[in-house]
Amino acid sequence: MARMKFLCDADRCIECNACVTACKNEHEVPWGINRRRVVTISDGKPGERSISMACMHCTDAPCAAVCPVNCFYTTADAVVLHSKDLCIGCGYCFYACPFGAPQYPKVGNFGSRGKMDKCTYCAGGPEADGSKEEYEKYGANRLAEGKLPLCAEMCSTKSLLAGDGEIIAQIYKERVMKRGYGSGAWGWKTAYREAIES
Amino acid sequence: MTSFGRFIRLALGAWALLICVTVAPASSQQVNPTASSVKEQQLLQELHRIQGRVSIPDQRSGVLEQPQGREWREFRNVTLPWIGGIAILGMIVGIVIFYLTVGMVRLEAGRSGRAIVRFNAFERFVHWLTATCFIVLAISGLNITFGRPLLLPLIGFEAFSEWSQWAKFAHNYLSFPFTIGVVVIFLMWIGGNIPSKVDIEWAKRGGGLIGHDHPPAYRFNGGQKMIYWIVVVGGGLVSASGYALMFPFYGTGIEGMQMAQIVHSIVAVLFVAAMIAHIYIGTIGMEGAFEAMGTGEVDVNWAREHHSLWLDEQMGRTGPNDGRPQPATAAAE
Repeated sequence: MARMKFLCDADRCIECNACVTACKNEHEVPWGINRRRVVTISDGKPGERSISMACMHCTDAPCAAVCPVNCFYTTADAVVLHSKDLCIGCGYCFYACPFGAPQYPKVGNFGSRGKMDKCTYCAGGPEADGSKEEYEKYGANRLAEGKLPLCAEMCSTKSLLAGDGEIIAQIYKERVMKRGYGSGAWGWKTAYREAIES
Repeated sequence: MTSFGRFIRLALGAWALLICVTVAPASSQQVNPTASSVKEQQLLQELHRIQGRVSIPDQRSGVLEQPQGREWREFRNVTLPWIGGIAILGMIVGIVIFYLTVGMVRLEAGRSGRAIVRFNAFERFVHWLTATCFIVLAISGLNITFGRPLLLPLIGFEAFSEWSQWAKFAHNYLSFPFTIGVVVIFLMWIGGNIPSKVDIEWAKRGGGLIGHDHPPAYRFNGGQKMIYWIVVVGGGLVSASGYALMFPFYGTGIEGMQMAQIVHSIVAVLFVAAMIAHIYIGTIGMEGAFEAMGTGEVDVNWAREHHSLWLDEQMGRTGPNDGRPQPATAAAE
């Protein structure tokens, strides 16, 4: 089985936010929630870089480890998913997540945050693949249709890569070799405990 | 002279231009755009988190990476269960051993048949309001830490999630009456709970828990003052840290919430351990103690043995020690 990962080539990202928009539209993500966002570091200064970030689907995911009701599960493709039926909206995953992926539809309201929402790697949830219930809770299940996450698929500069970890790492390494530089796979050390040497 | 100076300047300018033209193409071939770019590991080492600008309305999502969630995870999954387990189980085991070896603190003189008012209706109401809230808060709170390993395997995912959902609502909403209770307790009993020399003597004699000793005490003895301050300080800390968690991003960030959770949970488990001791001594640990918070009246002999100075005060033999008007009803039945 493939080990699915995201890789954002920061030297290619032009901060067009197409990935953000694609994600919101594909899954009809609730108002106020962004499963993916583009963060620009050192904006306007020399050496500025933009990185598209969502749930990294960590190896040994912290969110799953701290969840008090154990609502997370990892698929055969190593995608970290969760059940909104089991989620109690306690906020623990969101304290533990290094990437700010878990979000809640209600921020205040005496701590009743509602069900947590995060990037599903376009792989839906525990409901039957492609069912109406699954779509309403988690959005589209592209993976079940043999398609990769839409954010990466429609990235205009092919900065954001999604797919099997070894393959996308290979693509990135070839790029770095050819152009002679690369600022590394952002978040990989934190999420997967490995870095791509460049 | 001026024409010579002009010639020198022109020559130097031409020379400089020549250098630029010949050197520049050579250097442009070696451009490395990442040489000056921001680097992940460097940023993480410098700031422990990476933050930037986002163009979406949610400005909090500008935090790209904050790996310290890892330390918090270690605390939540390993450190806290150990602290809580040792504190709470240790307290229960200690009390069971104490009860089995020393047993209940008896009323030595027996009952006199005469009662004296110890806590009026308002005091008892506030006590039980806080106490019932505390018990629900404690159980629903312990569920968050210990429910997944202990209860979930027994009742299954759906039932455990359903129960935890309700427990969370109870935890959030009952925090308000609990906090009010703590504040009123603080104001209501502060007068009798300022530590004094009498408490040192009381503590030296072990509070009269073992043997037949009855060290003198005013309305609240050393142990009760300790419980009072645990409730006031502990209750204050859990309330403050709890509200920081209940209202995310009101004055805190993720790091602030991790800290709040650490403070909240450590204080809470120690608080629970302390309250187990308090419940023990108020019920099966001491004869005649429960009625102080039950009916509000205690036997005069009980008052003489455990709060002799307070009884004297009530009987009008000595002046009030805390400057606070005591209930004037010192009469019998």
